[in-house]
Amino acid sequence: MGSEREIAVDYLARVEGEGAMYLRLRGDEVLDLKFKIFEPPRFFEAFLRGRKFWEVPDITARICGICPIAYQTSSCNAMEHAAGVDLDGQLRALRRLIYCGEWIESHGLHIFFLHAPDFLGYQSAIDMAGDHLEQVQTGLRLKKMGNTLMTLLGGREIHPVNIRVGGFYRVPTKAALQDLVPELEWALGAAIDTTRWVAGLDFPEFERDYEFVALRHPDEYAIASGRIASNRGLDIAVEEWPEHFEESHVEWSNALHARLKTGGSYHVGPMARYSLNSEQLTPAARRAAADAGLGAQCTNPFQSIIVRAVELVFACEETLRLIGQYEPPPAPYVEVAPEGNTGHGASEAPRGILYHRYSVDDDGLITDAQIVPPTSQNQLSIEEDLRSYVVGRAHLPDDDLQWQLEQAIRNYDPCISCATHFLDLTVDRE
Amino acid sequence: MSDRPKLAVWKFASCDGCQLSLLDCEDELLDIVGAVDIAYFPEATRDEIEGPYDLSLVEGSVTTAHDAARIHEVRQVSKTLVTIGACATAGGIQSLKNWANVDDFISIVYAEPDYIESLDTSTPIADHIDVDFELRGCPIAKTQLLEVIAAFLQRRAPNIPSHSVCVECKLRGTACVMVAQQLPCLGPVTHAGCGAICPAYNRGCYGCFGPAESANVTSLASWWLKLGIPEDDLVRSLRTFNGYAPQFREVSETYGQ
Repeated sequence: MGSEREIAVDYLARVEGEGAMYLRLRGDEVLDLKFKIFEPPRFFEAFLRGRKFWEVPDITARICGICPIAYQTSSCNAMEHAAGVDLDGQLRALRRLIYCGEWIESHGLHIFFLHAPDFLGYQSAIDMAGDHLEQVQTGLRLKKMGNTLMTLLGGREIHPVNIRVGGFYRVPTKAALQDLVPELEWALGAAIDTTRWVAGLDFPEFERDYEFVALRHPDEYAIASGRIASNRGLDIAVEEWPEHFEESHVEWSNALHARLKTGGSYHVGPMARYSLNSEQLTPAARRAAADAGLGAQCTNPFQSIIVRAVELVFACEETLRLIGQYEPPPAPYVEVAPEGNTGHGASEAPRGILYHRYSVDDDGLITDAQIVPPTSQNQLSIEEDLRSYVVGRAHLPDDDLQWQLEQAIRNYDPCISCATHFLDLTVDRE
Repeated sequence: MSDRPKLAVWKFASCDGCQLSLLDCEDELLDIVGAVDIAYFPEATRDEIEGPYDLSLVEGSVTTAHDAARIHEVRQVSKTLVTIGACATAGGIQSLKNWANVDDFISIVYAEPDYIESLDTSTPIADHIDVDFELRGCPIAKTQLLEVIAAFLQRRAPNIPSHSVCVECKLRGTACVMVAQQLPCLGPVTHAGCGAICPAYNRGCYGCFGPAESANVTSLASWWLKLGIPEDDLVRSLRTFNGYAPQFREVSETYGQ
């Protein structure tokens, strides 16, 4: 058989945070493969102990500058669960609305700036702008739409200040939200065009039989609440998380690996949400998915870019719906008293389900915290994708193989800053 | 090779939010890349142009021995080096470990503490190397980031006001939440730059831009106590994203451990 070779990427580009990849091959055989996360640990779960419960959403936002709303929402959900409070009416709608802003911003960033350049052979969106200026400008304007929505509702786009346990510090006027409608209508059309554009990209033949895990809600495409479901029959309340999932610590990663106690790897993110909940997408999003040729499930991780575009259509349409039905609630928040209890919360960050658990003592102080970000959950799935992808492609020159494997990692829109509470690629050929 | 200045963006321990601020300059980004070469910015590009770099933006704090060495390499290849954000200028939220035993912290989060390498402290970049300019905020304000880049291109000093958030409330026309609503607010001692968002959203400033120049934190602390704020809450409020900045640290250590 052939000699051994090694491919190493020491610092993966176009992902959020610090990660690496190492691959050692003998011919077609993978001798070793690691998706490494070397982002320095920041110990959130440790220093949250002794903080007041109401401080938590402001602190956990700082885990990730790309998806602070996800952290704030899962934290609030957990405190509200501990207190037996369920947000309803317009407060619940506003939480979904600001979350749509984060999906638009984050998906816009990933589709146009982090992922599309791989398909078109550019090092970056900046290089891509030379030949595809219109797409890059569309991406920027879509991203800005999401940021505008987050800034209006949250005070600013990164680490919003207006989210609190029980709701908001201040709620927007109807008129302020109505002002966004013309740009949102443009964004909806642009998102539909984007779906058509990305559906026309070339995708490698690559399918995997994933266990998809996502939130599921009886009445809506789940974002900020729901039960935890999978395509293999899992259907549990969020508080049952610890009985069904476990985290383990491996030497090559500063992010814990999550797995199902019954099985092993699972896949979270847009493909999981789509595969479980696509019938609940808004009409234009369903049409865009059908026009793009997506079936009931999407199992080619490279096509996650199409699913993200479909979710972009959904998020714009859903935002317009939520604004259309908005009436300011009587109070910006409801009182939440989680003292003496443990609460579990989850929500769908742009890159997948984000689970939080907190125990609060009688003085309102956190005694224990657990945070399981989407990228921790996808680590095993990413490594399995890489192993499978190499099969039949080991003959490719190192540069080509390396780029395609990097792309296979970027399929997940991994957020390493999140996962450590991770990328850099090395391929060794023996 | 173009003769445009070379821009590099470096990451240490952080949430990525401050470097994201550059990509969040949606209206200006294409102009920026017209004026500088993005020579090193792994979050945005696979391309890497060799140094030296004319302007380095450094995000994040130093929390590992590896990073403590790496920051010196970054300094060596950078003509002008600007730190961006509370992690880089004050140690960030992760500096809360500076008041704790790091081994306890590791064992709370990780099952195999031996796999984890971490210094006892999270420290700002300026504790390790000479820094040409510090841009505050958790996160930084993108308008201020644009001003720093523009000033660098025009070879002038950045025009970044050093007064407190109070001035921004007055400029914005927000009634003082501490006077009118008796809300505890860090605005009087906090560096301007955010545009006084929190009071405009009906809450006290929580100090994410760190101490203002000549901030009298001791005096503000006594005002908080007069409002009936418990000492524990005062200490926690000072110990967040800029808790290790000297002016905040000294007062929090007066009232807490």
